[in-house]
Amino acid sequence: MGEVFWVGGRVAVRHLDRDSRRGLLLVSPTAIYAILLLAVPLSAVVLFSFWTQDFLTVDRTLTLANYREAIAEPLFRVLMLRSLTISAVVTAVTVILAFPVAYYVSFHVRPDRKALWIFLITIPFWTSYLVRVFLWKVILGFNGVLNTSLQGIGLIDEPLTFILYNANAVVITLAHAFAPFAILPIFVSLEKIDRSLLEASMDLGENRVTTFLRVTLPLAMPGVVAAVLIVFIPTVGDYVTPRLVGGPDGLMIANMIQTQFLRLNNAPMGATLAIIAMALVTVVSLIFVGLNRRYLRGQKR
Amino acid sequence: MSGPRKPRGLTVYAIAYLIFLYAPIILLPMFAFNASTIIAFPLQGFTTEWFVRLTGVQALHTAVRTSLFIAVVSAILATILGMCAARAGTRYEFPGKGGILGLIMLPLVLPEIIVAVSLLVVVVQILQFPLSAWTVIMAHTLICTPFCIAILNSSFQNLDASLEEAAIDLGESRWNAFRLVTLPLVTPGIIASLLISFTISLDEFIIAFFLTGSEPTLPVYIWGLLRFPQQLPVVMALGTILVALSILLLIVAEYFRRRGVRRAGKTETGGFL
Repeated sequence: MGEVFWVGGRVAVRHLDRDSRRGLLLVSPTAIYAILLLAVPLSAVVLFSFWTQDFLTVDRTLTLANYREAIAEPLFRVLMLRSLTISAVVTAVTVILAFPVAYYVSFHVRPDRKALWIFLITIPFWTSYLVRVFLWKVILGFNGVLNTSLQGIGLIDEPLTFILYNANAVVITLAHAFAPFAILPIFVSLEKIDRSLLEASMDLGENRVTTFLRVTLPLAMPGVVAAVLIVFIPTVGDYVTPRLVGGPDGLMIANMIQTQFLRLNNAPMGATLAIIAMALVTVVSLIFVGLNRRYLRGQKR
Repeated sequence: MSGPRKPRGLTVYAIAYLIFLYAPIILLPMFAFNASTIIAFPLQGFTTEWFVRLTGVQALHTAVRTSLFIAVVSAILATILGMCAARAGTRYEFPGKGGILGLIMLPLVLPEIIVAVSLLVVVVQILQFPLSAWTVIMAHTLICTPFCIAILNSSFQNLDASLEEAAIDLGESRWNAFRLVTLPLVTPGIIASLLISFTISLDEFIIAFFLTGSEPTLPVYIWGLLRFPQQLPVVMALGTILVALSILLLIVAEYFRRRGVRRAGKTETGGFL
């Protein structure tokens, strides 16, 4: 590994100190792995999106044809918009439901019990995603657990049908699947808050609510932002949940990407849709981060 | 601290939330032992028939073997790569550190389908290699490495650097100082990292779905079964075993992670992430 580095930058290396060299050398296996298996393949996807599928072979002339088709095709537009909407709703629901739990564990659980709570919250996340999603189908179905239970206790006469094979089902299932992702970063940022700040705020005449709004919440914002991004970005590309519980009206862009790659054998179009989805996700995330900066600056004034 | 008073509403909410989190996992064994082919309430009586049926399916056994092989190799590779990056990141300052570590941690937030698709493009369309267990291993190593780094970071961060320096001053080589002083102290972290990446790889579906060739992994095999309603009780039984195994591995991993933190003389409340 050392050689790779030496050949690459003999001049650059000479004026690096010994620690920098050791650090670079040590990180290089992992870095090279990430470059070869992540950076290069992602670049290949970008390149592919400018090529076109010509029946059985790929036409390697650079063209924007895929992008034009992707934007013009109403089905793609619907799926893309739906993916972003569902993800945004999932993110809002997940983070809003998760915040009180993170707050509870950080502020009201005995310090020696916190690790146990966090462990309990993370366990479901590590168990088979596929099996968990499928069980939501069982819970939400026409003759599912929820409907039969509600009918059993006489709350409803007819099974609820708006909770399976549509976007609602996708939202419920994803909000469940990504819960720990939202709780952990918020918990970490709440833990970092110096408790004496809250006392100071109370001493200065703020009540519990205003202390929360003016001290705790702004200080917890980095965790909330991390939670939003860590839920929003992966859910846009979710495949299993829309496929199992979404029905025809709950399908998302990942399902179309899979269809293009594995069924229609149109890898360039699949690549184009993947790139557009990632670009949209990045733009939305950047806008969100920007808005949050403005919110925090407003707080400081 | 807002005092010892616990707000009752918040406590009830937190417990209700835990029930919501665990609902699917609690229902799973109920249907796995239920003597009806229809997955619905009311339960029809107790049976172990679905578990017995699992023993007779040859395709399932092959899938389990493939999955175990992939999970073991990915866990080892990801932990080795994770150790390099975690030690470099916690011990040294070097140019481009943020960017390099950012790229390495990227799979943590990247949708898995993007990882799957990008490797599919390279392997099938450009290199024209056949898909096999090894293509899945390559991808699983990539997505497990950030989790390993997150766990190992806390192991390496808690270390007192002067211990290793003392060993070097006393005449040990750098490698020996690492092997004899640092390695034993981070061993619990390494075990936790191996177990977590093993669990991730064993449960991962979407990448395996894109990248397995003719040898399906266990989740891909289960995916195939979901289309057949009469197979669902068997899937429930299989899922129960899988979830029980995951929880067992996690408890062992958590035990080692905490032991590692304690060994470094710290108390810490964070989870795996």
